[in-house]
Amino acid sequence: MRDLLTTEGLSRELLESLLDDGAEFAEVLRRPIPKVPALRGKTVATMFFEPSTRTRLSFERAARALSADILSFSPGTSSLKKGESLKDTVLTIQAMGADLMVVRHTSTGAPWRVAEWTKLPVVNGGDGAHQHPTQALLDSLTLRDRFGSLDGLRIGIVGDIRHSRVARSDIHAFATLGAVVTLVAPPTLLPPDLAGWPVEVSHDLDEVLTELDAVYLLRVQAERGGSSVFPSLPEYRQRFGMTRRRFARLKPDTAVLHPGPMIRGVEIDQEVADDPRCLVLDQVANGVAVRMAVLFQLLGGERDE
Amino acid sequence: MSDLTLRNGTVLAAGKVLPGRQDVVIHDGLVAAIGTDLEAAGEVIDCDGAWVGPGLVDVHTHLREPGQEWKEDIESGSAAAAAGGYTAVVAMPNTDPAIDAGHLARYVQERGRAVGLVDVMAAGCITAGRRGEKLAHLDELWDAGVRLFTDDGDSVADAGLLRRAMEYLAERGGIVSEHCIDAGLAAGGQVHEGEVASRLGMVGVPREAEETIIARDLALVRLTGARYHVQHLSTAGAVALVAAAKAEGLPVTAEATPHHLCFDHGVVAEANPVYKMMPPLREPADVAALRQALRDGIIDLVGTDHAPHAAHEKDVPWEEAPFGVIGLEWAAAVVNTMVGLDQEGFFRVLSSAPARLVGLDGHGDLAVGREANIVVFDPERMADTSRIVSMAPNSPYLGMELRGRVTHTLLRGRLTTRDGEVVQPAGAIG
Repeated sequence: MRDLLTTEGLSRELLESLLDDGAEFAEVLRRPIPKVPALRGKTVATMFFEPSTRTRLSFERAARALSADILSFSPGTSSLKKGESLKDTVLTIQAMGADLMVVRHTSTGAPWRVAEWTKLPVVNGGDGAHQHPTQALLDSLTLRDRFGSLDGLRIGIVGDIRHSRVARSDIHAFATLGAVVTLVAPPTLLPPDLAGWPVEVSHDLDEVLTELDAVYLLRVQAERGGSSVFPSLPEYRQRFGMTRRRFARLKPDTAVLHPGPMIRGVEIDQEVADDPRCLVLDQVANGVAVRMAVLFQLLGGERDE
Repeated sequence: MSDLTLRNGTVLAAGKVLPGRQDVVIHDGLVAAIGTDLEAAGEVIDCDGAWVGPGLVDVHTHLREPGQEWKEDIESGSAAAAAGGYTAVVAMPNTDPAIDAGHLARYVQERGRAVGLVDVMAAGCITAGRRGEKLAHLDELWDAGVRLFTDDGDSVADAGLLRRAMEYLAERGGIVSEHCIDAGLAAGGQVHEGEVASRLGMVGVPREAEETIIARDLALVRLTGARYHVQHLSTAGAVALVAAAKAEGLPVTAEATPHHLCFDHGVVAEANPVYKMMPPLREPADVAALRQALRDGIIDLVGTDHAPHAAHEKDVPWEEAPFGVIGLEWAAAVVNTMVGLDQEGFFRVLSSAPARLVGLDGHGDLAVGREANIVVFDPERMADTSRIVSMAPNSPYLGMELRGRVTHTLLRGRLTTRDGEVVQPAGAIG
């Protein structure tokens, strides 16, 4: 693996090796001194051209736990505002001595462009509504921790799949790892053409609710102007939200996941969000661990302890 | 002007391919004789069986001048046209300022004459500044020689305003030409709405964005009787609309671009912005429908939509890149490779039909006594896809195997391209 840009086409073997390493690093993170010297002397550049808090913090925490140095870039304080191109920005950061770039960008394919320009290993930290592969790894690890394996697991992904890079990443990882994925959304929140997607589709959450082993709720992207893709937030909650009432109908061991940030009261009721079967905080913790695994594998670190 | 003889070509004259190999003798910028074993006059160029026919004519070229000379200018765009076998182009009016008044159209045409590589006819805007609010100076544009009116880059959203433009121009015989994309259906759109857009998570442009505007415009043609030309058809449904309009007898013509005849949306899979254009590349069935319609004459002609952009503008992530690809230099090879027309069909869609559309009388017809605006095109040689004459690098054809090569182009008897290399006119104001 030279870059991690997409989950599409990743082999089961590679996914599982990343999850295995992730599980080991999760153990490291639970130690009294949660740090290993594996990437000492390496520099990870986090290039977030789109506002992000949790993903950037998670990558930086992962890099530090591997003893790597960090070059952190954010558009708010950068020369982008002075008109510098993306190409010049990444070449500049490369010239400062980065060994790997984590790139998040609003535009589809931006991490591929960066990989062409720099020749450095690139990790896609999220591009447009396209891909966010480390999210899929942390979700897969969380489900594997909870259920032992994804084989045969029935996972429902609910909500704004059309605009979701999380869904586009998860679908391929989950399916490759053996899960059966059902997308649940109104037509306006589904991609217009699902040819070739390894999924089933439903427009009725209540119909599929009791079959699911895991319900993956997507954030309602209110900033996309909900009014043009569904009638109102209360109506969305009524049809597609994980309300207390729906939660009570789930099988007793069904897990609830969410990529965050959650909008309590819309896609998830407060009581569900705070229930132990909601694995949101496990996902966050696993995020650091799988990102350690990715950085470790891409930078060819030696495990010397 | 010195004489010239094109020896041993497969000559298309007055729309018909002449038998065997023939010579074309040019004297004083005019075609003096066509025949076999003619006595050579002046320089002799051996065409070795290649197609000899009227110079190509593009009714859809963006030359970017005035105002966007970092992308292309009339000099560099004219050179690209000459290299592609063109002897006349119609320059789109979405420049800065937009060509919405007579003096602006005259400027473009005079620059074209000064460069001297290709005849440049200006197209004019339908609405002032392309803002879609009120009519452009249609009479001034007409008096400057403008025959094709378009707000290319946008449709005229206000059907009432478009109706007035059609009514006004119908009386003079002007052509209303539309870039048919409904702004609402295409809002935020980046690529064809389909499998590739869905996978990439990009906002799609449905076929209906094009088809609804064509259907609306055809209703207005029925109402006003205006001559109407549809730019860059991209869908099978658009072809069906044009076919029905023609069957009804409406004064409608349509064009397809080389890139829509060459590629489907599959090439967008890597999100390389060189393939970003509007309308977007569609599905294989649409491409097949466009090719068939061009063969059948439902689509009348090929317009390149040559849309130059600078290197730094396209070397960015997809959503940040502007729409458009260049095409003048490879249009003939693409048509020859992808559509499979014979020599008559080739010159019909690339020369005579576009010349007739805009009334470029000196072009589109090779015959004794007429201006020697001629191209020599070898349909068997491979095109040169290793270099670009245009100032702009945004060619999707680089490195492709395309069959057919423009070897010589003549404008009024003077070589503007010789053996594939552009020949600058002596004393040109470059």
